Amino acid sequence: MKRRSFLQGTAMGALTLFFKTSASSAPVEPTRPGAYSDDFNAYLKISADGRVGCFVGKAELGQGAMTVLAMLVAEELELDPAQVDVLLGDTDLCPWDLPTGGSLTMWQTAPVIRGAAAEARMVLLGMASKALGAPVSDLALKDGAIWVKAAPKRRTTFGELVKGRKMERHLGKVKPKPLSECTVIGRRFPRKDALAKITGAAKYAGDLRLPGTLHACILRPPAHGLTLTTADTAAAERIPGVRIVRDGTLLAVLHAQPDTARKALALVKGTFEGTEPDVDDMRIYQYLVDKAAPGQRVMISRGDIAVGEKRAATVVEGEYRNAYESHATLEPQTSVAKWEEGRMTVWASTQAPFIFRDAVAEALKLAQDKVRIISQFVGGGFGGKLVAPGAIEAARIARLVPGVPIQVAWNREEDLFLDGYRPAAVVKIRSGLDAGRGAITFWDSTVAGVSQGEAEFPYEMQATRYQAPAVPGLHPLKTGAWRAPNAHTNAFARESQLDALAAKSGIDPVTLRRRLANDARVLRLLDLAVETFGWEPAPGPTGRGIGLACGAWRQGFVVAIAQVAVDKTTGKVQVERFLEAVDVGLVVNPDGARQQVEGAITMCIGQALSEEIRFKGGQILDKNFDTYILPRFSAIPRIQVVFPENSTTITQGIGEPPVVPVAAALANAVFDATGARVTHVPFTPERVLEALKRVPTK
Amino acid sequence: MDATVSFVLNGKPVTVTSPRDRMLVWVLRDELGLTGTKVGCEAGLCGACTVLVDFEAVPSCATKLGEVAGKAVLTIEGLALDGKLDPIQKAFQDHHAFQCGFCTSGMILAAWAFLKKKPRATRAEIVEAMEGNICRCGAHVRILDAVESVGKVKGGVR
Ligand code: FES
Ligand code: FES
Repeated sequence: MKRRSFLQGTAMGALTLFFKTSASSAPVEPTRPGAYSDDFNAYLKISADGRVGCFVGKAELGQGAMTVLAMLVAEELELDPAQVDVLLGDTDLCPWDLPTGGSLTMWQTAPVIRGAAAEARMVLLGMASKALGAPVSDLALKDGAIWVKAAPKRRTTFGELVKGRKMERHLGKVKPKPLSECTVIGRRFPRKDALAKITGAAKYAGDLRLPGTLHACILRPPAHGLTLTTADTAAAERIPGVRIVRDGTLLAVLHAQPDTARKALALVKGTFEGTEPDVDDMRIYQYLVDKAAPGQRVMISRGDIAVGEKRAATVVEGEYRNAYESHATLEPQTSVAKWEEGRMTVWASTQAPFIFRDAVAEALKLAQDKVRIISQFVGGGFGGKLVAPGAIEAARIARLVPGVPIQVAWNREEDLFLDGYRPAAVVKIRSGLDAGRGAITFWDSTVAGVSQGEAEFPYEMQATRYQAPAVPGLHPLKTGAWRAPNAHTNAFARESQLDALAAKSGIDPVTLRRRLANDARVLRLLDLAVETFGWEPAPGPTGRGIGLACGAWRQGFVVAIAQVAVDKTTGKVQVERFLEAVDVGLVVNPDGARQQVEGAITMCIGQALSEEIRFKGGQILDKNFDTYILPRFSAIPRIQVVFPENSTTITQGIGEPPVVPVAAALANAVFDATGARVTHVPFTPERVLEALKRVPTK
Repeated sequence: MDATVSFVLNGKPVTVTSPRDRMLVWVLRDELGLTGTKVGCEAGLCGACTVLVDFEAVPSCATKLGEVAGKAVLTIEGLALDGKLDPIQKAFQDHHAFQCGFCTSGMILAAWAFLKKKPRATRAEIVEAMEGNICRCGAHVRILDAVESVGKVKGGVR
């Protein structure tokens, strides 16, 4: 559904004005890594029937990219978003773009697409002006038609204007419509991917049924650090239709049926060699601290810590930890690769078509233009599908069987084993508050496991220092970008520590933050959150179980308020209510933005309460959702999302910001409920019980 | 050992030749080309592969082909009747009760089977009924809203 409606048009020769070549031949515009094309033709094509095609090198991960990009184009061209066909993530057809991650789409790509559409609008109006013999200022534009305002019968359409002619006009930078004239931005539109997804028609990488496809199941080592040496494949090969291929340490069982390939793989006996890391999920924290110690570097430093210590009236020392956490997208990494006529095509579940292209090219020693990545609907990303190991495996195997489409679909165990996790981390903070309880006199943090990303927030601090190690290979397991990388670890530590300072000095957590915040947007957001939640903050613990935390991602700010109930006999935390006030600038698609916030809160309830990768040496002990616990329906609280009106900031993107303060708000709520400070994410029932034991009895 | 197994699939009789102990999900996706049924865990833990067997929601990754012999299997592709969406599909569409969509087929079918039995369910009952279905994107609140709305407003599933 995604590409069909538009490309069928091409096949019928119905294209294209702005383009010399048809959209199905490649590549229209040489892709230029690192730079957005300034030719609007690269992004927009108009077919003879007046439909507008929008080509962007992003992926639809579920975040609504298709819908919001269509809205931006529709806004400038005075269309309904339904009249815009969005084709995403085909490296042959779409101009180069950044990966779909880091909340970059609305921040970086959106202005490019809006600008391209604005220029296309002016070019079309110019053409219409000539065709209709009327100045542009006398023309009106709507739904793909342009007419003379005073004489509506004198009209033409996008389709007529562009038909059969080549359009080479350029106007340079054209300003998009002023916000006051916008009619699409800020409104709710149906998601463009809805029908495909509710009918089962949406095609994900594993749903392609290319004729002759063989399913490849790969022999995995039992633990990280080990690689394959020899393999006995005799038993597997006795199964009819099985084929074994090997490329170095990569051995795969191929079969036309995925389940038969998997069964045959179980019959392969491999021997492996290498050294597993000597650490496990209990010892990991000391391991990181020890390994990081010699490499600690001062990354942020302002003011004099020693002087600040002397000025402090209340000092708190805290140590905060978080476990490795998996992306656990519901769709495991999946790719289909085909090697044909010296070119590798990979249909992939990817967040980053151009990164995948370059990674596959490098792995196979091919030129970049010999690789084509076609992104499909992606079953969740969260950072996990920014890297291409599965696509590279598929391509390596496909290279060995020319002309045969090879599908590599990791199962859950492989996905949990091969994922690049959110890094485990230890953050130690020593900090102090002055006697007037209005100033942080010093804030000294030392970190192992993450970097300084979003460690700071617009709080006034007289002296601050942040040390993090420059130690390559610090982590014994593979780590990766996990939705708002670094930021959630740093925010958890900072906001927990602030809460502890507030409690120790007998001030409520909101007043303290109001006194420290030195940014008007943050202050407004705090008020908005507290008012909407309907809460009279008081010094904790109050027993009400309400906690607050702030977080940032670039210029996007979030205030989160959580309410929890803690079962003191089992240690179970039930989240009852969760509110986020989110300022990410102008919100183009409010419903889509809301969905992102709801999703982030829900996802991070798992992060905060249950998700942890357990391991022993190189063995990953969590193999499926029976022990790797994602939040299910019973864990979901009432969720409220508010955006401030008239935010003045440019649009920031919203995938990451709402993730940042969730665990901290929940930990602070647990403290408010019980007086116990949980400092280890996830705070599982066992860890909550331990924390409860540490609470001094009155 | 291949066997010949007949059942009704989305209202039409089908016969497949495949081992009786082969899991239904592979038969649906690979023999019959119905890829709307997704695979998330292969262990009955996530609900992505949920289909209806005689109107009961079951994980097709843990249901053997032999078990559906002579029964009626409904997949997401068969839910819309004559091109008209079922009210539960419509509710998912209206509420945007999905993000990536990978859980959606399973969610819709699990909800359908539940509402069939209990059209006027409370929110708490819906939560309980949907507990076996995982959504990693966090569309839960909207899924609950959608399911609730079908019972309350739309007069139930078909
Ligand atoms: S794939 Fe069947 S329950 Fe998860
Ligand atoms: S929408 Fe992605 S798993 Fe539910």
